[in-house]
Amino acid sequence: MTAVSLTVNGETYEADVASDTPLLWVLRDNLGLTGTKYGCGIAECGACTVHLDGQPVRSCTTAVSQAQGRSVTTVEGLADNADLHPLQAAWIAENVPQCGFCQSGQLMSAAALLARNPNPGDADIDAALRGNLCRCGTYQRIRRAVGRAARDMQEQG
Amino acid sequence: MSASTTNRPTRTTRRGFLKASAVAGGGLLLGLRLPTGGRYAQAAASRPDGDAELAPNAWVRITGDDQVTVLVDRSEMGQGVMTALPMLVAEEVEADWERIKTEFAPADSAYTNSLLGRQATGGSTAIRNAWRPLREAGATAKEMLVAAAADRWGVEAQECEVADQVVSHPGSGRSATFGDLAAAAAGRPVPEAVFLKEPRNFRLLGTARDRLDAPAKVDGSARFGMDVQLDGLLTAQVVRCPVLGGKVQSFDSSEAKRVPGVKQVVEIDSGIAVIAEGFWPAHKGREALSVAWDYGEHADLSSAGIEGQFRQAADEGEAAIAHSEGDAAGALEAAAATVEAEYEVPFLAHACMEPMNCTARIEDDVCEVWAPTQDQTSTQEVAAEISGLPKDNVQVHTTYLGGGFGRRSHTDFAADAVACAKAAGAPVKVIWTREDTTRHDRYRPATYNRLSAAVDSGGSVSAWRHRIVGPSIMAYNDMLQEGQQIDPSSVEAADALPYGLANIHVDYVMANTPVPLWWWRSVGNSQNGFIREAFFDEVAAAADADPYELRRRLVPEEDRHRGVLERAAREAGWGTSLPEGRARGIAVVKSFGSYCAEVAEVSVSANREVRVHRVDVAIDCGAVVNPEIVAEQMESGVVYGLSAAFGEAITVSRGQVEQANFDDYPIMTIDQMPEVRVHIVDSGEDPGGIGEPGTPPIAPAVANAVHAATGEPVRRLPLTRAGFQPA
Repeated sequence: MTAVSLTVNGETYEADVASDTPLLWVLRDNLGLTGTKYGCGIAECGACTVHLDGQPVRSCTTAVSQAQGRSVTTVEGLADNADLHPLQAAWIAENVPQCGFCQSGQLMSAAALLARNPNPGDADIDAALRGNLCRCGTYQRIRRAVGRAARDMQEQG
Repeated sequence: MSASTTNRPTRTTRRGFLKASAVAGGGLLLGLRLPTGGRYAQAAASRPDGDAELAPNAWVRITGDDQVTVLVDRSEMGQGVMTALPMLVAEEVEADWERIKTEFAPADSAYTNSLLGRQATGGSTAIRNAWRPLREAGATAKEMLVAAAADRWGVEAQECEVADQVVSHPGSGRSATFGDLAAAAAGRPVPEAVFLKEPRNFRLLGTARDRLDAPAKVDGSARFGMDVQLDGLLTAQVVRCPVLGGKVQSFDSSEAKRVPGVKQVVEIDSGIAVIAEGFWPAHKGREALSVAWDYGEHADLSSAGIEGQFRQAADEGEAAIAHSEGDAAGALEAAAATVEAEYEVPFLAHACMEPMNCTARIEDDVCEVWAPTQDQTSTQEVAAEISGLPKDNVQVHTTYLGGGFGRRSHTDFAADAVACAKAAGAPVKVIWTREDTTRHDRYRPATYNRLSAAVDSGGSVSAWRHRIVGPSIMAYNDMLQEGQQIDPSSVEAADALPYGLANIHVDYVMANTPVPLWWWRSVGNSQNGFIREAFFDEVAAAADADPYELRRRLVPEEDRHRGVLERAAREAGWGTSLPEGRARGIAVVKSFGSYCAEVAEVSVSANREVRVHRVDVAIDCGAVVNPEIVAEQMESGVVYGLSAAFGEAITVSRGQVEQANFDDYPIMTIDQMPEVRVHIVDSGEDPGGIGEPGTPPIAPAVANAVHAATGEPVRRLPLTRAGFQPA
């Protein structure tokens, strides 16, 4: 077991875990941040997507040692305190979630997309989110919601 | 009596509906309808969240702080019950929809689904079952609130009006909120009969309302089964025999127990459980475990063997007639031309995004189960059996479900959790890995089919014959009656052709296998809808007829299939020209009380890559509670069926399921998503289901479009087995 120090959503946490423990399980089991989901364990479904220094990564195949000293953002940290991220507001407005299990990962991938491309077309959205599986079939609404959030963010400047 | 016009009184005669009881601490409480008196429900009812509380039945609670809360007695797995069921109550009680709150109901016989005979969610029954009782539940509360107001003001109840949680008396200008009236209303007798609103006076039902569960599902706060946290909670993984039907012979846990964080390694009914402080220690413990298996009788089972078994059964097995009209054999013999084909579909996994899991705690003779379950009744029964406690000592807390599709109406994951909690003497969350979830699913049956049809020289279809060969879900799960040869779920859709043909013969040869079976979204309609509707297009081609026009001609005029066929064809522009390389296909299937037709617009490239560009869905599900959720469910049903048609198949080799994760059981991705347009056909009928009916027509609509584009019928699913690739 190794003591690791993590910065998650701006707060510092300590955990005593095996160094090969995936970041996903440290977030969920040690820090109680259960918004990040386990879907496959092999980086095939995207449900565990978080940001590491702003870049989307699959936390199920990212050893916690790789996150040490870097900034981790999870779905719990997507909103700016009480203000929802424009993507979260768009997700609600477009009634995107059905079962909702994959949506944390969808949102984190979409947030990373908008951070580098503020005006994505459907092809950009598809390319950025094709690694995020949804079994309920919310894909059409995800495309719409990303488009809506992009417009809202541009209007807000 | 209220702002809304009312009509027929409906008697609230359900058992326990009238039961009332006093509770210390806050006015008079009308007891929840609790024929078995479960203590969890009573605790929920007496929770101190208001000075007084009106709870005239199992579904509605109104507190002194003017809060209307609806208890949701079906499982929210994406299909929208957490929004749609409260709408039924809120409509009749005249609640302010913007302030409505919901809670998941406990396991209790009060919540039995009358269409399923248990407290369960499945078969697209939630709205069909609740349509009357939940509106009555709201109307009952409203009538008691109005009676309390009328009594207080010394006026006639009939002169009072109700809107947005306020009862008013226009004659005297007086008004009071539900919160003001709740305590007094609780002292009123529960009416024996209530009035329900005329549909034309609905202000909520039939309108698009945003999902109540969406906010919690975008910020990570929605609690799924996987997310349950308790003091001292341990995590377990269970290692199961890879061969179907195999058992543990012996195991050596010494290495596993040396893994830091591993607490215990025990044998339970389903395999060897590694119980640890978290998922990762359990995983490493599992890797260090060595188990010797007794593979049992099925170590040589293979998909090729099963296909051979089906073909042999088609020739030699005993066929039971599912549907017969006229003389199909005679008509086929006399026909000018016949069409014959074999159709095959594979076993399918549910592949819920949330892997199977469940949490249990046994303490002080109470067993609590936190379950992402579609069947609270069975969960309670299984937990009682394993814990050795009476059923009343088992409390089932339903979480959000990360997908269900039928899979979560089984109790295998709950059994694991209770067995582990019992062995550990501590609360345990059992997590099946994705690999466990895929390899130890209970699958949609594979089937083999022989079809033939007779086409007269005039182009009319004179006979239809269909032999279905495959395993029975009911047989696998010991649900068949003595001597029963037909499992209705094996023949549904095949035995109910909407087409007026003179000679029809549909039969079924039961050919059981060791592969575990269970209900998969839309059940038998998922395969038989494809087979029937795809073969229909082969018949249309032989008759030189347009497949839509032939369907329309053969469906009787008053039949609801016709309305959805016409609407889907019109909206899709059936018959209008398409860009080079594109074609349309149409299919219609009635299931779960709803009629659904779909048109798929598809292109097939020179290297046989199939892309679906657009799908028009016409759905007649009778009365609509929330059109937004109907649209969502049609989109969802289309994707579920399309995903299966593109590339899903479970195969068996050396007795083992060969697929394990999303890399070998691929599900549809966003870049394969067509534009889906949903068109609701208003028939004015009672509600049908919406969770499943969108699935059956999509595979045949796509297959028929591919057939139209290439001239090649698609007789095997997934498309990859018919020599095509999804683009």
